[in-house]
Amino acid sequence: MFGKLTLDAVPYHEPIIMITLAIVSVLGLGIAVALTRFNKWKWLWSEWLTSVDHKKIGIMYILVAFIMLLRGFADAIMMRGQLAVASSGAEGFLPPHHYDQIFTAHGVIMIFFMAMPFMVGLMNIVVPLQIGARDVAYPFLNSLSFWLFVVGVALINISLGVGEFAQTGWLAYPPLSGIEYSPGVGVDYWIWSLQISGLGTLLTGVNFFVTIMKMRAPGMTLMKMPVFTWTALCTNILILAAFPVLTATIALLTLDRYLGTHFFTNELGGNQMMYVNLIWIWGHPEVYILILPAFGIFSEVVATFTKKKLFGYTSLVWATAVITILSFIVWLHHFFTMGAGANVNAFFGIATMIISIPTGVKIFNWLFTMYRGRIEFSTPIIWTVGFLITFTIGGMTGVLLAVPGADFVLHNSLFLIAHFHNVIIGGVVFGYLAGFVYWFPKAFGFKLNEKLGRIAAYLWISGFFLAFIPLYMLGFMGMTRRLNNYDNPAWTPLLYVALFGAFVIGAAILVQLLQLYVSVRDRKQNLDLTGDPWGGRTLEWSTSSPPPFYNFAKVPVVKELDAWWDMKQDGSADKVPAKYEKIHMPRNASEGVIISAFSLVFGFAFIWHIWWLVIASTIGMLLTVIARSYNQDIDYYVPAEEVTAIENKHIQVKQASQA
Amino acid sequence: MIKKRYPRLFSLLSSLGVTLLLSGCDFVLLDPKGQIGVEERSLIITAILLMLIVVVPVIIMTVVFAWRYRASNTKATYTPDWSHSNKIEAVVWTVPVLIILVLGTITWKTTHSLDPRRPIESDHPPLTVQVVSLDWKWVFIYPEQGIATVNELAFPVNVPVRFEVTSGSVMNSFFIPQLGSQIYAMAGMKNTLHLIADEPGVYHGLSANYSGHGFSGMKFNANVISQEKFDEWVQQVKQSNATLDADKYATLEKASFNNPIERFSNVTPDFYDGIVAKYTHSSGSHAHPHSEGKE
Repeated sequence: MFGKLTLDAVPYHEPIIMITLAIVSVLGLGIAVALTRFNKWKWLWSEWLTSVDHKKIGIMYILVAFIMLLRGFADAIMMRGQLAVASSGAEGFLPPHHYDQIFTAHGVIMIFFMAMPFMVGLMNIVVPLQIGARDVAYPFLNSLSFWLFVVGVALINISLGVGEFAQTGWLAYPPLSGIEYSPGVGVDYWIWSLQISGLGTLLTGVNFFVTIMKMRAPGMTLMKMPVFTWTALCTNILILAAFPVLTATIALLTLDRYLGTHFFTNELGGNQMMYVNLIWIWGHPEVYILILPAFGIFSEVVATFTKKKLFGYTSLVWATAVITILSFIVWLHHFFTMGAGANVNAFFGIATMIISIPTGVKIFNWLFTMYRGRIEFSTPIIWTVGFLITFTIGGMTGVLLAVPGADFVLHNSLFLIAHFHNVIIGGVVFGYLAGFVYWFPKAFGFKLNEKLGRIAAYLWISGFFLAFIPLYMLGFMGMTRRLNNYDNPAWTPLLYVALFGAFVIGAAILVQLLQLYVSVRDRKQNLDLTGDPWGGRTLEWSTSSPPPFYNFAKVPVVKELDAWWDMKQDGSADKVPAKYEKIHMPRNASEGVIISAFSLVFGFAFIWHIWWLVIASTIGMLLTVIARSYNQDIDYYVPAEEVTAIENKHIQVKQASQA
Repeated sequence: MIKKRYPRLFSLLSSLGVTLLLSGCDFVLLDPKGQIGVEERSLIITAILLMLIVVVPVIIMTVVFAWRYRASNTKATYTPDWSHSNKIEAVVWTVPVLIILVLGTITWKTTHSLDPRRPIESDHPPLTVQVVSLDWKWVFIYPEQGIATVNELAFPVNVPVRFEVTSGSVMNSFFIPQLGSQIYAMAGMKNTLHLIADEPGVYHGLSANYSGHGFSGMKFNANVISQEKFDEWVQQVKQSNATLDADKYATLEKASFNNPIERFSNVTPDFYDGIVAKYTHSSGSHAHPHSEGKE
């Protein structure tokens, strides 16, 4: 009846897990009680959960990303804690079965369920506004993408309390991840949480590619697109090209595990090297999927806060395009030590180095934007300066790892761990956090507390160096990744420093939570009534904060790059249209939530081999899709009077604030 | 209070610094004991120095620009519409291109000279050691000597060693950091790695690729000794009562944590090939190391 699922699947004997579950249940119960007490369930359902508004979907993405940041960070602290105590033969407090799940979950969560949704969330909030569109191309699909992603999050968190998670490392290399060496449900949780959320990501790729290609405001040619939109375009092209490879690779592993095929097993012609190649053919572009939007954010931030045009727009765009293409021909540098011939290794090594050229050019572009500017040291620019210094170091260690002869001794060492955290924290996380501060007033209508934001940024930057410079050194001491314990006393002091650094990052995260609390509490003092709190340059700042649900009452006409700056210069920014027209908008839809709810059941049933439930949930999904396709009531017109009323109110508020 | 606190902080910092300096030899990659390791160390240092040509100016420019063009410094030049300069573009594209040209050339050459399967030139003929990773232990087979060990490696100083590396279970990476390159151990694959040690000593070896719960215990010592001592060691191993045959291998295949050192006085010359062949034939049944080992 319940397949492999029995009551023994709950890890009662693991105090860390049980306490976590207890806290989560209490929190969840508290939220449920509050929603009931204040009669907010209906509001939650109709205003948020079923919303197809890209701004609300973006906010929900980032909310989930923050929650998963906390979970992933808790994993990180446990790993650092374990390695600080598990020296000289001591076993530490995490046995391998638990520890190996933790480092696997940490990687999976931070990449798929923290960085990806943060990026997609920012893209959701910003891209349609930057191109002067009223929504994305496929608003319903956007809602479905989000909820499929949430299913992935749900599955990986269910694995904490029901069964186990994979103990394979975040990319689940076979044969270790095969049924012979991992007979438990851990790898199946990994498979289905990535497969279902990955489908959501792929649909996001389709959606934003079409949105950017087809829905730009009149006059906005490709070379007049804001840089963030450019990087978002390239990222979505990468998603379109790379994610199907991930889907196919995981599908083959699924066949191996469920049907006994031998794509990647040791025996019967299976080939583990094929898996490693395939997973990195997705995996390397994935790195650029994450970093390109961060580059876009820094470009926006640096131009806005230096009060200056971005230096070298054209070369920045071309650098982005070159990186997009090159990112597909470097995957082998993740496994030079597999035993490929010297010609192959050298080719991939040199191809990797070539990527550093356009990346370096970008860094110079930001530097020369700062040159002869008037730099306002707000939180986003602190992130940017922190990024420029940190990322340059990470880039250098990356190129070093691209030299096969150097990689032969540094591969899989803590030097490698330090390198990719250097570029992912120093590049991706700093970038997204800069974007978060920068666009927060646009999404919510008030600014974040500046002082706490700066403290958080300084703590993050110094915490990063304290946590990861020791790992660079440990790499040179021959310490390899994913060790559960060790007996080399020389490593211990540095691992203490790294643990301390992790605590500093923890403090930074706490300050950020405090910043959110304080900012919401004091929001009346920090209201953004103009819609343009930073003196912005691009179209998202031309509408109110938060924007009306239709974004733009009149679709803007673009003449120049930095369209909004241009309008402010020639005086057309304040022009009020004589009359407004009715606006065509999509209706909210519950089918995305329902399809995803069925897919959660589907994934769970597959993990535990509950076949009747797999069939039932498949039928549920199909019926919902069919019902959706017969639903004719999916759009409506906002009457001109309503638009006029909303716009007049905004203009009044704006003028009052400027007077 | 303040006066008191700072000296303490200072002494803490300086003692940390001294510890780091004194423990210089803990940085095993910077203290290699063989030709491959030495070449890799100089490659790493050369590459870093080359890249610092760009990295150092970038960091300095970041700090200087951020300070000089801060909004409160109204004396600094301000050019809000300046956004293009052919000269600067030319420099920022050319300099990285030149550095990558140099580094790319070095990469091409060293990737070939450090190719793991390339034999090391030496007056001594190479010694072959066959390496099999199992859950979670290393099996070392000396086909020329007809002996085998678990988690114990010994070879003579200044003699090139040809490691033939495979796996009897999941993927691992065979790595002795102080001697240089590592290589993956994969079932059905015969990878080759040439290393040499130019100084006697005990060098720490490990698996550098996570392979499951017992991965942390996949440690061994590589004892680099004189030729005479090595011959003695071989004789000692030959005294062992145990031999490595199909039955013994079947017990070794079972997962074990922190496996102690084991020695086997006898092993057939084609035993290793049998382990590799187990996973290379399309139907696994007839090509078992168990049967081949006995033949």
